[in-house]
Amino acid sequence: MSYTGTASVLYARGLRKTYGAGEGLVRAVDEFDLDVAPGETVAVTGPSGCGKSTLLHLLGGLDRPSGGEVRLAGQRIDQLGERALARLRRDAIGFVFQAFHLMDELTAVENVELPALLAGRSPRAARRRSAELLEQVGLSNRAGHLPSALSGGQRQRVAVARALVNDPLIVLADEPTGNLDSEATLEVLRLFDSLHEAGQTLVIITHDHRVAATADRLISMRDGAFVDETRLTGGTTGNLGALTGLED
Amino acid sequence: MGRFLLVCRLAARDLRRRPAEAVLLLLAITAATTTLTLGLILHGVTDHPYQQTRAATAGPDVMAVFYPPTSKTNSPVDLAGLTALTRRPGVTGHSGPYPVTMAVLQANGHTAGAEAVGRDRAPAQIDQPRLTQGSWVGDGGVVIERSFAEALGVHAGDPVTLNGRSFRVAGVAVTAAVPPYPQVCTSGCEPNTPRQAGSSTGLVWLTQAETRSLATSAHPLYYFLNLRLADPASSQAFAMAYMNEAGQSLGSTGPFLNWWQVISEQDAHLVKGEQQVLVVGSWLLGVLAVASVVVLVGGRIADQTRRVGLLKAVGGAPELIAAVLLTEYVALAVLAAAAGLTGGWLAAPLLTSPGAGLVGTAGAPSVTVSTVVLVVAVAVAVAGAATFVPALRAARTSTVRALADAAHLPRRRARLIAVSARLPVPLLLGLRLAARRPRRVLLSLASVAITASGIVAVLIAHARLNAQQLSGSAGLDNPETDRVKQVMLGVTIMLVVLAAINAVFITWATVLDTRRSSALARALGATRRQVTVGLSAAQVLPALAGALLGVPGGFGVFLVVKHGGTMAYPPFWWLIALVLGTLLVVAGLTAIPAGIGARRPVAEILQSETT
Repeated sequence: MSYTGTASVLYARGLRKTYGAGEGLVRAVDEFDLDVAPGETVAVTGPSGCGKSTLLHLLGGLDRPSGGEVRLAGQRIDQLGERALARLRRDAIGFVFQAFHLMDELTAVENVELPALLAGRSPRAARRRSAELLEQVGLSNRAGHLPSALSGGQRQRVAVARALVNDPLIVLADEPTGNLDSEATLEVLRLFDSLHEAGQTLVIITHDHRVAATADRLISMRDGAFVDETRLTGGTTGNLGALTGLED
Repeated sequence: MGRFLLVCRLAARDLRRRPAEAVLLLLAITAATTTLTLGLILHGVTDHPYQQTRAATAGPDVMAVFYPPTSKTNSPVDLAGLTALTRRPGVTGHSGPYPVTMAVLQANGHTAGAEAVGRDRAPAQIDQPRLTQGSWVGDGGVVIERSFAEALGVHAGDPVTLNGRSFRVAGVAVTAAVPPYPQVCTSGCEPNTPRQAGSSTGLVWLTQAETRSLATSAHPLYYFLNLRLADPASSQAFAMAYMNEAGQSLGSTGPFLNWWQVISEQDAHLVKGEQQVLVVGSWLLGVLAVASVVVLVGGRIADQTRRVGLLKAVGGAPELIAAVLLTEYVALAVLAAAAGLTGGWLAAPLLTSPGAGLVGTAGAPSVTVSTVVLVVAVAVAVAGAATFVPALRAARTSTVRALADAAHLPRRRARLIAVSARLPVPLLLGLRLAARRPRRVLLSLASVAITASGIVAVLIAHARLNAQQLSGSAGLDNPETDRVKQVMLGVTIMLVVLAAINAVFITWATVLDTRRSSALARALGATRRQVTVGLSAAQVLPALAGALLGVPGGFGVFLVVKHGGTMAYPPFWWLIALVLGTLLVVAGLTAIPAGIGARRPVAEILQSETT
């Protein structure tokens, strides 16, 4: 999917996700509004259980909202069928998960090329693009390694490369550094920074304020609802290591 | 004692948690033990009806056949020799000699050879056939041996012709002097040589006058003589001594003497084929039961990893875990063995009566101690073999890993992964899913191969029967082959049911095992349909190999159970239809659990799976 407009890449209005009914009703996401501009990095932060991950799943078409609307590149996606949503996830969205979610039996390069193969690219083209991306994330020498032979940071870099293989409009990252130590966290943040510089639109869900500090904009959530929004500049102009306190 | 009770209590509670799986396990092992029991106890079961028939018909101890000299077919039979035989030491009574001739019988559109025996209207003291329908011989009335009548499809009152002359079926009867159709044998009988319906003659009784009138120069009269001995157990010795003295042996022109034990063994041929089918079938079902139990136990244990971790965390030693799991399955196996023994014992008489050409029923066959021990041992071995490795693995799993409910790392097949990249998405996913668990693929393949072998064997049996009906002059149903076909069909249905259960459970185990990969594939852009088809393809691919292997396998099974006779080849399109049908059935069966598995929301799975 290509995007040439200047309006929001991702747009959500009155987004709701509820579970249960009556007294047992849980509002995981409650009337949430969001606009993400092209090339922008937005961090969504809040305490554990505040609905951040649910929000990401709604934005990425992994889950269906109970109400409200979501548009990606102007196209309403909350009412799409299962097949159209699958195509959307394949072509327009890249996911990065806290638990990496790499296929254990596939090597790094095979993991990266999988979405390209699912999208119908030729094996050769998929492999070439995967190799480029692994080089971009600094793992070309680890392309033939299984995930079990990689460190946490390396696994997450493979996951980022996988998210980029189909040149998505937007990358949605759910606690991408949640399972990483400080050094690996810095590796991943540097990678996101380079993506940001390259103009990639990013939405990062995190409860870590150090990660949130690298974004252009910080949105706070509590109990599923929007709390406040802060514009930041550190992510694009500051020293990343110093900014996050991960480097002396 | 406390420890034993604890193990029993934990095992019982675990079984109660998942009753449906426990029932399926029970059914799988019961199917195997029932057929094994049937196969084992069917041996000798015909002794009962033969003895009943022998008593009801005053069956002879020895039956003699006297033919005219071969070089002079118009010469009369040596009747003086017949008289001399009745005066030998040990002979306490006789009936006959009765004139016999070969005749061509036509009835109900069938043509068959028949040995027409001339009998007195009055009942005989020795070998008086027992009527099961109608009345005894009279003018224009023929009595037909019951198995022969069933093959011809005639009843009392129906018209028949003998050598072109019209008769009426006066009655239907059984005898203990001659084995029933198609084993009718009056001379040179080899107990272990089966006869085919197309090449066999049947037995009919007429008045002596009408029998004599049917004789021709091509088929002159010969005679049956029935003897009663003082010591029936010495019948064989008596007959052999006489034939040696007369310079005769089996295979020459006679006189021939048959003794009652030979006839009893010929009767047993009626169930020998069934017995072979059941024994082979029980082993095939046993292997399938092992596959079922492996899949079910494997699935349960994979599902129980966290429970095992909890047991270990509260101090349960690996031996305790293994003991609990083994107790569960051995208890089910013992129950299944008991059910199988009872089912086999009850079903055996159904397979031997009433079409065996004998009166009475087989009755309840005796279940010997060795049968009980063997059946229980097989059931426990099936459960033990299937449970031992998973139980050991569960017991050895580290507590932390078990508590984390971590799945076992799948196997990597680099070449398959490379090949699959060139395939359409569903096949790409299917091949990769199949490659993750090669042992499960082998189970799936074996399950389908065994079932396909059973089906191919049934197809061959049908083809052989068709060939016999086309080539045989009689064109009659062979009751023996019909029984073998029925039993084979029954065993095959059980094989199909077990294989279907296996297919569904293997798919479900794969669905559970690959839920994270499948959810991830969907998150990365695969559609639900592609994932469902992929999961189904992971079962269809080994099913294809299994169905293809089942073709030669079926010929192998048939060779084992064909019970003499010739091999036949079913039409090629039958085999093609079998392979394609197998694929369709497996695809249909596996699509259900695969579809259910793919319905679960991606986000939910990815959030719950943290590894």
